[in-house]
Amino acid sequence: MAKRIETKNVDIYYGKFLAVSEVSLTVAPRSITAFIGPSGCGKSTVLRTLNRMHEVVSGARVEGKVMLDGEDIYASGVDPVDVRRTIGMVFQRPNPFPTMSIYDNVIAGLKLNTRRMKRSETDTIVEKSLRGANLWNEVRDRLDKPGAGLSGGQQQRLCIARAIAVEPQVLLMDEPCSALDPISTLAIEDLIQKLKETYTIVIVTHNMQQAARVSDKTAFFNLAAVGKPGQLVEMDDTEKIFANPSDRRTEDYISGRFG
Amino acid sequence: MSTMTAPSTGLTFTKARGVRKIKNNVAAVLMTLSFVIALVPLVWLLYTVISKGAGVVVKSSWWTEDQSGIAADTPGGGAFHAIVGTAEQVALCAVISVPIALLVGIYLVEYGRGIFARVTTFMVDIMTGIPSIVAALFIYALFVTTLGGNRAGWLVSLALVILMVPVIVRTTEEMLRLVPNELREASYALGVPKWKTIVRVVIPTALSGLITGVVLGIARVAGETAPLLILVGYARTTNWNMFSNFQGALPLMIKDQFTNINTASSGTVTYHLDANGNRVAGAVANYAPDRLWGAALTLIIIVMGLNLVARLVGRRSNISS
Repeated sequence: MAKRIETKNVDIYYGKFLAVSEVSLTVAPRSITAFIGPSGCGKSTVLRTLNRMHEVVSGARVEGKVMLDGEDIYASGVDPVDVRRTIGMVFQRPNPFPTMSIYDNVIAGLKLNTRRMKRSETDTIVEKSLRGANLWNEVRDRLDKPGAGLSGGQQQRLCIARAIAVEPQVLLMDEPCSALDPISTLAIEDLIQKLKETYTIVIVTHNMQQAARVSDKTAFFNLAAVGKPGQLVEMDDTEKIFANPSDRRTEDYISGRFG
Repeated sequence: MSTMTAPSTGLTFTKARGVRKIKNNVAAVLMTLSFVIALVPLVWLLYTVISKGAGVVVKSSWWTEDQSGIAADTPGGGAFHAIVGTAEQVALCAVISVPIALLVGIYLVEYGRGIFARVTTFMVDIMTGIPSIVAALFIYALFVTTLGGNRAGWLVSLALVILMVPVIVRTTEEMLRLVPNELREASYALGVPKWKTIVRVVIPTALSGLITGVVLGIARVAGETAPLLILVGYARTTNWNMFSNFQGALPLMIKDQFTNINTASSGTVTYHLDANGNRVAGAVANYAPDRLWGAALTLIIIVMGLNLVARLVGRRSNISS
């Protein structure tokens, strides 16, 4: 299921503005990679480049190569819609569809995409996805209630269930816990550990402890200077990044000297 | 005043000070007063229309009979001819306007980029300000003068389209912009194509607002009088065919009865007809004012009824699965 992501010399633009330059990194299958760095350094932008969500913003474009198991997802003829079906995403703020019940939220991706499915089929998928997102026991009795009625942490797990219901190869998470309290955060972190067995996971976080807790690899992004594009400073095993980074700037950031 | 200040127990927080309290009260009074003032004409208007119009509207004949052969001093008759005309004209107008306006609104919010979208927005702005009589004259010039057609109900519908489209485009735009971008992104991230995201996520989320917009558009045009005056003559007989001959309509019925008030009272007749059609000696009975207010009330009832139905539909669809 899980696939490898590789980027080569990726430059990311908003119109004429170069937001991030020269990103080359590799994310191994069934691993968790954390993107850390100060605000505005382009972590989220890089993440959104990985499933072609970046180009949803008008004027945004990408140069360079982003490969999924060796296949360039930006090659001409590749449908961004297909890419996004393969590489799922969870956002900063929980965003369940307000017009849909919990049940319909989970199968939204399938229902909106594919042919009609039998009720028994969708029942199975809903239960599997909600179990996968550690939410099944909390909502099994009220699947027909609106998804927006859940608590923030539950909504975020509902969004994760929705993302894994379409069985992606890779799961991208853009600060998934930043709007949640510590208990919900813990629930999501446990979930991320569990999801790692099946998916390749990339997570953007502002919380360095979180990166240290959950990730196998950590990539540190930084702005070269104000007005300059963001860049990938270094990427290494999480333990090494936090204990003994090779780059001075990483050390300064980790130890709280800036950012 | 020493009694107004808190005892000096070393507390940091004291009661609200005099000046601020006064300001607060003045503001509260002003706002309440404005609210009441704004409410007065509304309540007054509703009271006048209901008290003067309810008498005829509650009769079942009002909803089933027309005004053919009925003079100001003849009792009976109803507004059926006008209801038919208004309903047909507004319905045809809505059938043409709603799809166009919704699609334009969706285009402007979801797809519109660059000069073409800006020009469209600009044109919609201009159209919002077009007086109804100008729209009517335009249709008259095009269909009657240039193409040699006859005045008829459907031309009114066309003039109303010009008035209705910008209203619905505007509300559609506003409602769609209220849909959080995060929902669109959530849908894209699931690999849902853009058109399907709009149809299945964006529009359902905005649906109650969109319906309100459509009803507002209908309410805006249902009472328009200028296009009726120019594009169709007033017929007191029910005319189901909006494509030929004159046709009744509620605003013109109001105007017709308004004219009748004077004709009847200026006569020299010294008897009037009672409810059974018998001549009764005495002052002239004039039923025109009742019918005038009755027609006005009918128009309000129709628009309010539509509004209610739309709200119910909107509420139901919001919870749908």
